[in-house]
Amino acid sequence: MTTVQTGIQPISTSRRVKDRIVHVLVYLAFAIAVIPLVSVLWLVIKNGMHRFDLEFLTHSMRNIGARDAGGGAYHAIIGTLEQVSLASLIAVPIGLLTAVYLVEYGSGGRLARSISFFVDVMTGVPSVVSGLFVLAFWILALGMPFSGFAGAMALSILMMPVVVRSAEEMLRLVPNDLREASYALGVPKWRTIVKVVLPTAFTGIVTGVMLAVARVAGETAPLLLTVFFTDSINNDPFNGPQMGLPLYVFDQAGRPTDTAIDRAWTGALTLILIVMLLNLVARLIAWWRSPAKRGS
Amino acid sequence: MRRSAFRRSRGDVPFRFASTGAGIVLLGIMAAIGVFLIVRAVPALQANTSHFLTEKTWNPNAVEPVFGIGALAFGTVLSSFLALVIAMPVAIGVALFISHYAPRRLAAILGYVIDLLAAVPSVVYGLWGVVFLVPFMRGPSEFLNTYFGWIPLFGGDQVVGKSMLTASIVLAIMILPIIAAISREVFLQAPKMQEEAALALGATRWEMIRMAVLPFGRPGVISAAMLGLGRAMGETIAVALILPATFGISFQILGPNGNSIAANIANGFGEATDTGRGALIASGLVLFLITLVVNMGARLVIARRKEFTRA
Repeated sequence: MTTVQTGIQPISTSRRVKDRIVHVLVYLAFAIAVIPLVSVLWLVIKNGMHRFDLEFLTHSMRNIGARDAGGGAYHAIIGTLEQVSLASLIAVPIGLLTAVYLVEYGSGGRLARSISFFVDVMTGVPSVVSGLFVLAFWILALGMPFSGFAGAMALSILMMPVVVRSAEEMLRLVPNDLREASYALGVPKWRTIVKVVLPTAFTGIVTGVMLAVARVAGETAPLLLTVFFTDSINNDPFNGPQMGLPLYVFDQAGRPTDTAIDRAWTGALTLILIVMLLNLVARLIAWWRSPAKRGS
Repeated sequence: MRRSAFRRSRGDVPFRFASTGAGIVLLGIMAAIGVFLIVRAVPALQANTSHFLTEKTWNPNAVEPVFGIGALAFGTVLSSFLALVIAMPVAIGVALFISHYAPRRLAAILGYVIDLLAAVPSVVYGLWGVVFLVPFMRGPSEFLNTYFGWIPLFGGDQVVGKSMLTASIVLAIMILPIIAAISREVFLQAPKMQEEAALALGATRWEMIRMAVLPFGRPGVISAAMLGLGRAMGETIAVALILPATFGISFQILGPNGNSIAANIANGFGEATDTGRGALIASGLVLFLITLVVNMGARLVIARRKEFTRA
């Protein structure tokens, strides 16, 4: 890519200066973009380590006032894990089947095109709107209580488009030769999909799902409207308010005492660790993926 | 596997049915979002004693509810546009850096670093914003106010850290990765032949980018900007923690004013009455419609470009 200078005619100074200026600006832009990342991670680690202890991981906030030290996020961690798993249980089958429809059955028809378009549009649905929807539909219209499951539904709406998009991309990468070979052996289409296409794309799909999970694990707004708050441990995601880790951070950050802010930082550290871990695992799976491996 | 070749494919019909059904469920959810928001918003809107679209105050919990979207919609649009203005140049620079400037071997890793920005949960940005950025911004804000106060945007008598500007900077950080990622993709797709032709004719790297890469990438960059705008508008928690939650319309982005639809939902939900919840849902409906329009616009731009490049 370097400009090779032949001896014919040197590049004029103004052109060279302009080129250098842009060069510097582009490097500068990257540096500017990295500054907030470093700053956020540094502060979260520095302030979060302060309370990152066993008590934090094993205790709830029951009977702990805003000014008290101590207390933990056990109830929030449990809540987040349950809500995110439930959300995945809803979103992954629907998302995967939709992707199968788009790639294997839809073949550019009108329905497939409109589904594809609205999946894209769905990616842009604000998280707070998905929370409002579950609030309006599940809690206000059907009269259900605030619960972890309601939160899971809101999260699943945010997950679905991500799962569809990534799975669709992976399914399209499966070479057509494999499908045709399977058909030639007389294998029906659905068995071809289940036994040949999906296993081939398996690792890629897992990566996509993990990234989707990582995305929704940090969502706060939908939980605020559907899971509500609690300071106690509630292991049952179908009954009564729960807590979620993002919600915990939001709650503690809103309290004006140092002990609460400390807890908020530690909650943020825990949340980032979970999200980064999911991201890392997803990338590693993608890294190891090779066409030679069958995957399943 | 072999034996099934002789059977009629009994499983085919249900499987096809299930996958088509899943797709239709997705469409159904999108429709249901609109329908249920409307259904729950209508009673509150009927109880409203003022005009929803023009009223600036937000008091739906009173006996005679008075609320309107005016100030909130203004705050949403202003903060998102500011965020876009801040994020765009940096995002394009980052995209160019990764697609055309960074050493090949490093590019993938550096791209991943930028993607990490998107992996940080919004509530963490909110916490960072409140504890670190708000106090930090007081100095620069005062500087802007003193020396550039003649620009209406930076004017005003009061300068605070919890301002529209701070919120917009946090929003800009949050939408930067998505804009950078999409722009990077389109820049990478720019025709190699044209790039090499430009270089062969003696163009500098910048001239090559200006002639071969930027014109090709323009529609992609525009739609990336719109997607970023949509995301900024819907962003809730970080903004809710930073903005001072006042109701008024002011262009003075350094002063103690500003609010957004999403932030108001997060802040107001706890103590909302029945009508209050309906009012919040009504405001959510407005947000949904605005982001829908922005996103659909972005997607149409992308779709048109796809047809164009494939033809």
